[in-house]
Amino acid sequence: MNVGWSLLAVIVLLLIPWIGVGVLGLDSLFGIVIPYACFLVFIIGLIYKMIYWAKSPQPFKIPTTCGQQKSLSWIKHSRLESPFTTWEVVLRMFFEIVFFRSLFRNLRAELQGRRLIYGSAKWLWLGAILFHWSFFIILLRHLRLFTNPVPEIIQGLDFMDSFLQTLGVPPVYITDVLIIAGLTFLLLRRLVDPKVSYLSHGSDYFPLFLILSIAITGVLMRYAIKVDIYGVKHLTLGLVTLKPTIPDVKIGTIFYIHIFLVSVLAAYFPFSKLCHMVGVFFSPTRNMANNNRYVRHVNPWDYPVKYTTYCEWQERFRDLLEQAGLPIDDEWCKEQQQTQKTQ
Amino acid sequence: MYNANKVIPGIIIFILFFTAPIWLNFGRLEAIPQPELPKGEKKCVESKEYMRAYHMKLLDDWRKKAIRENQYIYINSKGEKYRISLQKTCLKCHNNREKFCDRCHNFVITHPDCWHCHFTKEEAKKWQ
Repeated sequence: MNVGWSLLAVIVLLLIPWIGVGVLGLDSLFGIVIPYACFLVFIIGLIYKMIYWAKSPQPFKIPTTCGQQKSLSWIKHSRLESPFTTWEVVLRMFFEIVFFRSLFRNLRAELQGRRLIYGSAKWLWLGAILFHWSFFIILLRHLRLFTNPVPEIIQGLDFMDSFLQTLGVPPVYITDVLIIAGLTFLLLRRLVDPKVSYLSHGSDYFPLFLILSIAITGVLMRYAIKVDIYGVKHLTLGLVTLKPTIPDVKIGTIFYIHIFLVSVLAAYFPFSKLCHMVGVFFSPTRNMANNNRYVRHVNPWDYPVKYTTYCEWQERFRDLLEQAGLPIDDEWCKEQQQTQKTQ
Repeated sequence: MYNANKVIPGIIIFILFFTAPIWLNFGRLEAIPQPELPKGEKKCVESKEYMRAYHMKLLDDWRKKAIRENQYIYINSKGEKYRISLQKTCLKCHNNREKFCDRCHNFVITHPDCWHCHFTKEEAKKWQ
């Protein structure tokens, strides 16, 4: 059910620009207005999300740990698994974001007869890293259509990505192959594995289908149903220089399908699970140090409590204390007052 | 807002990253180069629209035909015959690599390997 609806939604999204540009000829709507609008939704939506998250108080320190915390000096502590300083937290976040370290620990539970067996399962990590890194490189590589002159580093990246020149003209991008492989794995995993399938919703399938269709339209546009890329760069360069124009030469409808799907992805980003792109930085189980015993974490919604110090209490009951013959500690109270003054 | 000293720089980095194309072009944007079309000839082997999008496919196809299948005649969509040869057919009219081929290729950043083997007349003159 979830799969069917998500697929249907993506097919409808495919048909909108197909009819809009192919039949009705609304080039400037799909080439200029929608991309701008969706880009603004993406930027403003994610900033709104970030501010919203930053406003929510963090009552406790709740880092997830999976290693020995810093304790006595002769006990070796696990710096990445149970970070103690901010620097260790930064390192941990870096390895999490760049190498998906926690996914590398992914386990698979299976019943063999009556025994529950846990085993290592690195496939999810591999699929995820293939997909995310390819997506990131593809995003950077697209700068060749948005800059003029193209920075050397982007030219180099493009050259490296397309260095396999044996598979035809134009040369195949390695990331094109890898992103489709990664996405196919991530999709099949949800479809084939009953345990994962059980907890997959439309909001899991829809982005997969959407990104897969973006990748496929991109690949088709490069290798099969080709478009005039010179004309395409006229349009894309117009968009980023804020002087949008629709080029005189007619660009194929597949280009408008591609850019429309990308626009939909951008607009969908802040309101879906995809916002984990910025959310990962706000994840309190990852971005806090496990140093509760050294640094006091003040709950931000704590209100000031009226309390009585020992010295105030002693002053109040001085007479009674003296009558009962109990010791009065004036020296200590003076010291306290002095230390408070100096602070 | 909590942790503003970390969140605000984060938001700024986010905005700068996703608007990077605007900043990368800032102050160094160049005019879009126009490829110089042959003056005498008006008609290519296929239509202008087809050539704009598919010329690399056509050339790849020509290479396969000439090198692997020993075919040297190309019949276009209108039934006209052309000799399959980059240097003798294409470069006859498009005789300036820098002003025709390279202008677009450098503009959109493609890495065609035509010139690993082929050369233009001007280049040949330099060697003589």
